[in-house]
Parts: sequence; structure tokens; C-alpha cells
Amino acid sequence: MTIQRRAAFGVAAALPFAGARGQAAQTIRIGVLNDQSGPYRDISGPSGVQCALQAVAEFGSRGFNVEVINADHQNRPDVGVNIARQWYDQGVDMIIDVPTSSVGLAVNNVAREKNKAYINTGSATSDLTGAQCSPNTIHWMYDTYMLAKSTGAAMVRAGGDTWFFITADYAFGHALERDTGNFVRGAGGRVLGSVRYPFPATTDFSSFLVQAQASRAKVIGFANAGADTINSIKQAAEFGVTRRGTKLAALLMFLPDVHSIGLETAQGLVLTESFYWDLNARTRAFTDRMRPRLRDVVPNMASAANYSATLHYLKAIADMGVAASKASGIDVINRMKAMPCDDDAFGAGTIRLDGRKLCPAYLFEVKAPAESRGRWDYYKLVQTTPAEEAFRPIGEGGCALVRS
Amino acid sequence: MDLFGIPAPLLFGQVLLGLINGAFYALLSLGLAVIFGMLNVINFTHGAQFMMGAFVAWMLLEWLGIGYWGALLLAPLIVGATGIIMERLMIARLYKLDHLYGLLLTFGLGLIIEGLFRNEFGSSGLPYRIPVELQGAWDLDFMFMPVYRGWVVLVAFVMCLATWLVIEKTKIGSYLRAATENPALVQAFGINVPRMMTLTYGAGVALAAFAGVLAAPIYSVNPQMGSNLIIIVFAVVVIGGMGSILGSVLTGFGLGIIEGLTKVFYPEASSTVIFVVMALVLLARPAALLGRS
Repeated sequence: MTIQRRAAFGVAAALPFAGARGQAAQTIRIGVLNDQSGPYRDISGPSGVQCALQAVAEFGSRGFNVEVINADHQNRPDVGVNIARQWYDQGVDMIIDVPTSSVGLAVNNVAREKNKAYINTGSATSDLTGAQCSPNTIHWMYDTYMLAKSTGAAMVRAGGDTWFFITADYAFGHALERDTGNFVRGAGGRVLGSVRYPFPATTDFSSFLVQAQASRAKVIGFANAGADTINSIKQAAEFGVTRRGTKLAALLMFLPDVHSIGLETAQGLVLTESFYWDLNARTRAFTDRMRPRLRDVVPNMASAANYSATLHYLKAIADMGVAASKASGIDVINRMKAMPCDDDAFGAGTIRLDGRKLCPAYLFEVKAPAESRGRWDYYKLVQTTPAEEAFRPIGEGGCALVRS
Repeated sequence: MDLFGIPAPLLFGQVLLGLINGAFYALLSLGLAVIFGMLNVINFTHGAQFMMGAFVAWMLLEWLGIGYWGALLLAPLIVGATGIIMERLMIARLYKLDHLYGLLLTFGLGLIIEGLFRNEFGSSGLPYRIPVELQGAWDLDFMFMPVYRGWVVLVAFVMCLATWLVIEKTKIGSYLRAATENPALVQAFGINVPRMMTLTYGAGVALAAFAGVLAAPIYSVNPQMGSNLIIIVFAVVVIGGMGSILGSVLTGFGLGIIEGLTKVFYPEASSTVIFVVMALVLLARPAALLGRS
């Protein structure tokens, strides 16, 4: 079902010689590059590939062929860069997904150097549309600023005005801590301290939780993701952190993470996502269409973004023509920015000059076990931040595209 | 009262937490040391077998309704049995070759097992609750001490002691030790050495699975949970002296404490400190703390 990396290379390497040249020129190649074997596999991984394939299937045939290949970057920037370089050189027109901020930023440079299109849906760092923004890149459904603003500001409003951060010691954790800290201070709160733990080699968080409690902060902010967040929250419950009135802020959490913790422990947590399968009639319709591809799993924010972004990309290709799109990645990205987006997963939206795709940010609260009607029925909507207010104002990111 | 700028009670709390993590290191390195001591195989599948222990506990609960206490007994038996099959079919063929072959085989097997579980259960993990009897926490004033963590330390300590007693003080233990020294001679006395080695491997694997069941309620039960620990545990065994049971246990607890204190003073280095200690010990005493030179 999934094409592994070796096979993917084989396919990509054979492409220039496959069939008549004319036909090859009429084929758009999309490379889904994500984590297929590590901690972020459930967030996009094979389901992210399936969502991209679904977009291709729904888009249908409009005078050109579309091929989707995929590979595992193992969350390592060197591996990610090598695959991206090879793919672009061998005729891949657009790379999508790329979770793990360190890899996401590295591939960003490759796309720019090769003048190809790059849509990042997986990385969280807001630097992708800030200091490191690129005319070849669009950042799709979330970033650290949006998470910080939605979850962080809501916690401060609810009285959590002193914070202690437990942070994964790499690009993503630093960005999330920085952006959240700014909101806390901006809202009149204080950051009492933080610990940065080694990523990904940490499984026990009890020491950091006890340090956080000793700081007397009202909120413990987890600037981490995946299994780290799961371990942090499980162990916080075990150490009775919330019993003394301390609140937990899971600054980045996906639906599969909640599934893994279980509602018993996760209930009451607030978190921010820009997609939830049961949000409205359109998201439910999209989820129903995905069911044959995903078996008993529902799409989450990251995999749904692959669907949404792939669909919009193909619309832009149809609009400008295959030949023009192959000539310049920047032109494709500019065309995508000029066209309004609309799909079942994220609804109507726009893409800003700095590459930021705008969509509303939803603040959810995790349901108690008694409130849940079954598997994957985990969230209730608490608050919606409109698309125009959800992300960092375009002038504040330091993106060179905006100044020019 | 402050020690090194940290309030003393907080520091004691951290030492206590370090001891708890040390209990896991001790329990895991114990199995690794037993296997290496008797079979001369560096069992890099150990992390995967630890993970299997946690997953089998989850399966017993979800599929058969058998809870934590049953799992504590059954999961090590089940995973131990898979270990015995693996030993018979594959590992037994490598005893006559260099250590490296065993290491590569078990490392590869570990990756395969991890991959199979990831394909079946995904990577984000499964929920497993603390048993009702062990829920709750003692309020030690300076920190909350969960009852379950106290239980882990206690059980790990008892298990380590029992294993040490069996190997050092019983007749079976003396056979095992003799077979390690000179298998041909022990075989000549009419003792079935290959079977003994198979059972030893099974027992070592069962110890890993036992640690996995203990870990299930507090760590995320996911396919990569063992690979995070195996490297640290390997370092523990190296520092303690390859194959030395007492050495592994003492080092396990000791390194847990050192790591715990690093998490207070310089958390960024908490995953590296164990390897720094390993390098220092190997430089100063190549046979490690309690190893055979």
C-alpha cells in the first residue's frame, strides 16, 4: 500500500524515461515527505499520504496526470534534505507535509534553491513565515504563534497568569515557548521559569513536573509534542499536579495524542487545532469520504491539511497550465496565493504574501468519558478565533517578502 | 536550608525520583546482564521485549479482561516464551561466533518487532491505567509521591535481590555459572547445557517484559518506548561490568540518581550524563566497576 523510500526512489529515478516525453511533461508529481516510522507517524505518516491521494482522486482528470510518491524522513534534517534534493532533481514538482520543525526548515532552503513548490503542513515553527519565509513556501494549517495565542491567551484570561515551561530542547520547542511566553507577558502574566529537556531521549518527566510545582506557577506549559506530551500529561496526573490547583497547558496536541492518553486522564485539557472531524457538516462529509482509506482512524489536523493543500495546489496548476507550473515554483506559489481556497476540511480561506495560509483557530476542551459517544468523539468547541486574528500580523514576522 | 542553591527538600525529592528511574534501569539491565553473563550475547532485542511486555499487558486487558495483577504474571511468561522460540530458532546458532553477530542479529530482530507493532498499533500509543489498589499519592510536604512509583521501587528491588540469590546461592545458579565457565565440562557431568541456556534467555526476556508491565501505567505504551531506554540500559551494563549482576543493579540505581540530579542542575545534559560516566569509568577501569577482566 505505502511506497517505501527505496521504492519511491526507484519510481522517481525511472520517471524521466517512462513513456513518451510529451506524456511525462503532462504529469504533476507530488512528494509526501513525513515521519513513517517514528513518534509522529500517527499524526500524518501513511494517513497523510492517503489524504493527499484523496485530494488527487477528487480533483479528477483535467488534462494532466498526477502522481503521488512518499518517503520517510525519520525526523532527521540530513535525511529530509537528501530526499528533497533527489526528488526535486528527478522531477518532483511539489513537496508536502514535512513535520518536525528542524526538518521542515531544512527542506525550505532546498525548495528555494531549486525554485520548486513546497507546502509545509506538518512543522509548527512560526519562523517558516517569519525570519525564514520563502517565495517558494506555503505554511498550511497551524504554527507556534497561533497555538500560543489561542491556548496561551485563553489560559491567562481564565486566571492562569504565572507560567512554568517544560520544553523540548530543539527548534520547535524553543519557538513554542518563545511565542507563548510573549502572549503570557503581553496579557500581564509572568513566566517563572522553564526547563529544556533533551529531545527525543526523555521518557520520564517527573523531575521536571516537581520542579514546575516548586515554582508555584499556576500553569505548566508543555512546549512539546507527540509521545513527550503524552508522557508529560500521564505523569502530571500521577503526581497529582492538578490536585493542587495547577493547570496544564498542552500547547500542541493532536487528536491521536488524546486517544492515546485516554479520556480518563485527558478530560478537561484545553488545546488548539484548526481541524476536527466532527466540527461541522463539511468536515463530517470529508471524514466519511476518507473512511475507506483510513479504516478505523479519523483524519486529524495534519493529515487533513495534506488534503486541503493538495487540492488547492492542483486547482492552481489547472489554472496556469502544467508547462508554466514546471517552469517556476515561485509562480505556482504566487498563483496559489492569488486564488481563494475552499475545501470541506478547512472551509474558505486565503494565503497571505508571507506564505501563511489563514484559517480559524479552534479552542477545544477534551470531553469527560461520560460525555463521549464513542471512539474519536473527544472534543467540545470552546472558542473560535477568526482566521484574520488567529495568526501573527503580517508585519511582525520579519519576513523579507513583506518588506519588499 | 539550601544545598547548591536548591532547597534541600526539593533536592531530596529529585534523588527519590532518580531512584525510581534507577529501579527501571536496574530491572532492565538485570535481564541484559543475566543473558550476557550466561550466553555471551548482547541482547539488543531487550528494548523491544520490554515494549512487548507493556503491549501484552494492554492486550490482556482489552481482549481478555485480565487486569494489571494477572498481566504482571502472564505477560512475562508469554513474552518469555517468544524469547525461547527466538533463542531456539536463531540466537542458538551464533554462540560459537563473535559477540558482534549476536548483537547484530538481536538489534535487527528488535527493529523488526518494533516495526510490526507500529504497523498494527500505530506510533502514538495506547492508554493503560494504574490499578485501583495503587492509585493515589502520599503527600510528603515537599512533593507528591505517587503510591505506584513506590511500588515500582519495591518490586524492582525484590526482583533484583531474588535474581541475584538464585544465581549466586542456589544449585541451579551454580550450574549456570559453571556452564558459563566451561560448558563442555558441565555437559560431561550430564547436565543439559543447551536447554539451560534457552531457559536463561527466556528468563532474561521475561524480566524485560516484567519491567514493561510495570512501565505501562506511567509511560506511553508505544512501539518505540523500548528503544528510548535500551541504549541507556546498555550503558548501565557496561559501567556495571558486562555480565555482573550486582554491578548492573547497583549501577542502575546509582545512575538513576545521577541522572535525576542532572535534571535539576543542567537538564539539557540529562540524557548525556550517563554516557559521560560510562566513558570515565571505562578510561579509569576498563573492566568496569565489578566486571571480569
